[in-house]
Amino acid sequence: MDILQILLSDSFWAASLRIATPLIFGVLGALLCEKSGVLNLGIEGIFVAGAMAGWLAVWAGAGLWGGVLVAALAGGFFGLIHAILTVPLGLSQHVSGLGVTLFATSSSYFIYRTALPNVSSPPRIEPFRALDIPVLSDLPFVGPVLFQQTAMTWLALGMVALVWYVLERSSLGVALKAVGDNPDSVDAQGLSVYGLRIGAVVAGSALMALGGAFLTMSAFDAFFFGMVNGRGWISIALVIFASWRPGKALLGALLFGAFDAFQVRLQTTDVGALVPGQIFLMAPYILSIIALVIVARKADYPRALLTPWFKGQR
Amino acid sequence: MKRTGSISRRLMIAAVAASGLALSAGAALAQSIKVAAIYTLPVEQQWISRIHQALNTAKDRGDIEYVFSENVANTDYERVMREYAESGVQLIVGEVFGLERAARKVAKDYPETAFLMGSSFGPVGPNFSVFDNWIHEPSYLSGMVAGGATKTNIIGMVGGYAIPEVNRLMNAFMEGAREVNPDVRFLVNFLDSWYDPPKAKESAFAMMDAGADVMFAERFGVSDAAVERGMKAVGNVVDTSGDYPSTILASALWHMEPTIDKAIANVAAGTFQAADYGQYSFMGFGGGSLVMDESLIPAETVTKVKEYQSEIMEGLFRVNVNDERPVSDK
Repeated sequence: MDILQILLSDSFWAASLRIATPLIFGVLGALLCEKSGVLNLGIEGIFVAGAMAGWLAVWAGAGLWGGVLVAALAGGFFGLIHAILTVPLGLSQHVSGLGVTLFATSSSYFIYRTALPNVSSPPRIEPFRALDIPVLSDLPFVGPVLFQQTAMTWLALGMVALVWYVLERSSLGVALKAVGDNPDSVDAQGLSVYGLRIGAVVAGSALMALGGAFLTMSAFDAFFFGMVNGRGWISIALVIFASWRPGKALLGALLFGAFDAFQVRLQTTDVGALVPGQIFLMAPYILSIIALVIVARKADYPRALLTPWFKGQR
Repeated sequence: MKRTGSISRRLMIAAVAASGLALSAGAALAQSIKVAAIYTLPVEQQWISRIHQALNTAKDRGDIEYVFSENVANTDYERVMREYAESGVQLIVGEVFGLERAARKVAKDYPETAFLMGSSFGPVGPNFSVFDNWIHEPSYLSGMVAGGATKTNIIGMVGGYAIPEVNRLMNAFMEGAREVNPDVRFLVNFLDSWYDPPKAKESAFAMMDAGADVMFAERFGVSDAAVERGMKAVGNVVDTSGDYPSTILASALWHMEPTIDKAIANVAAGTFQAADYGQYSFMGFGGGSLVMDESLIPAETVTKVKEYQSEIMEGLFRVNVNDERPVSDK
């Protein structure tokens, strides 16, 4: 049975985690923004900015972790623009977010073309390599799936733990969740609503940018226009699927990655010879929508999401 | 329309203008043709890069003045076409696969401008000519190389979109592979994206998991996967063997120069007409060619490929054109 064979193979699960990695960063970033009450539709553009900035930094000689840092800073920069527009100025989060996406995408292309005006094929960097941990990497099944991933996949998994810890186990998390549910209560405590929201959007955007950086520095070794290809938007949908919980965010990203890894494998089997390829390409999205319908009905969304807050107004 | 001025006066003005230009920017520029290109993808993309390179070569020769817009969305393409046409560009080169009908309408509005567009359909008078990367011949030859090189008898193929110009090359490749190796089996996958290397790479990994040991790299990303797994790949349109040492067995190359040079010559002579320039991508016109890494290919395959190659060049062997979407073998 072809299908069972696919599902039991280690390479399928390794691919699922690989495909999921940028989404894990994206979902966590979007989750952090939304937990504080700010929807960040700048995500798709921030992915592009992260992909370009991180890669360009490495190409210019910054080193791989230097590139990761630059990507995060670039994401934080565009996050700050979104935060200033939507938090103290209280503008429409949808409009501002889409504006940030357009701005970040175009300026990334502009910087890329300005830096490399006359290239015939995209220059390449030496990307993150798959980890080779003694003993662990050689374990059957678990080795290829978990321990032959790149460092950025591990960073993503680490970020899940970190975001979970901050939200569920720290006082900062309590304040952050409160500012997304009831900003007045936070203000009454003498905490800065603006500060918390801006901080969450900037940090969340930095995480999103790492998702983009994964594409150019780990999944591939060059930057291409349009290579983000909707991964940011998928992350936005996955946040609802995850009902704003980091653990479920990881699950959602993995599920999507698994759908995608499954469809490319299925296309090459007997089934693939019969069914039009577009059906397979649609499958991960359709399954995500179905999952969303089932899960999102009970989703516990942040009460003050999309609602601007102004000091002194009740 | 009323025309004033005698021939001699017009000549004099022209001479003054020409000498002015000659003084400022060199003599060649006075006769050079204004060419604009409009691309829906960046100039690094394989297909686009061949057109861009041919136009740059013509520019360096001094035959043309060349400007271009890259990454133009299909929805914006018409506007850019009109803008260049209005600005007095004499020849517009581009690709209209996503706006075939609309582009032909624009061309109709500017009969004085020559259009040379990549298209799945035919030319339209008086000024809309078409071209495409008709490199099914070298693709057939590169397929022979792949068929001779595979040990598992499984070849993986990752394509962008299943449109005629992609299908045609894949089908020719498959036919060539079967010519030398009747037992070969194909795994076929489309990304529905021109430009998602991580996704192309994942597709290639999946095929190699299923036993493929030679990959047809229609898109960026496939050869990268082959390198990581120590497998082989066959290139398409551009020669990437420098980027992937001892991985690329062969590449079917596209050369846009014959097409561009022909169009420029026609515009310069004032004889540009609606025509199908497709044939200038054929091997006989120098529009297509095969490169092989003979150190990676069995000697008997090399001999056989060269045999077929010379037959194609002499017009004794015709590679079939099949635009059907290829599917995986059972």
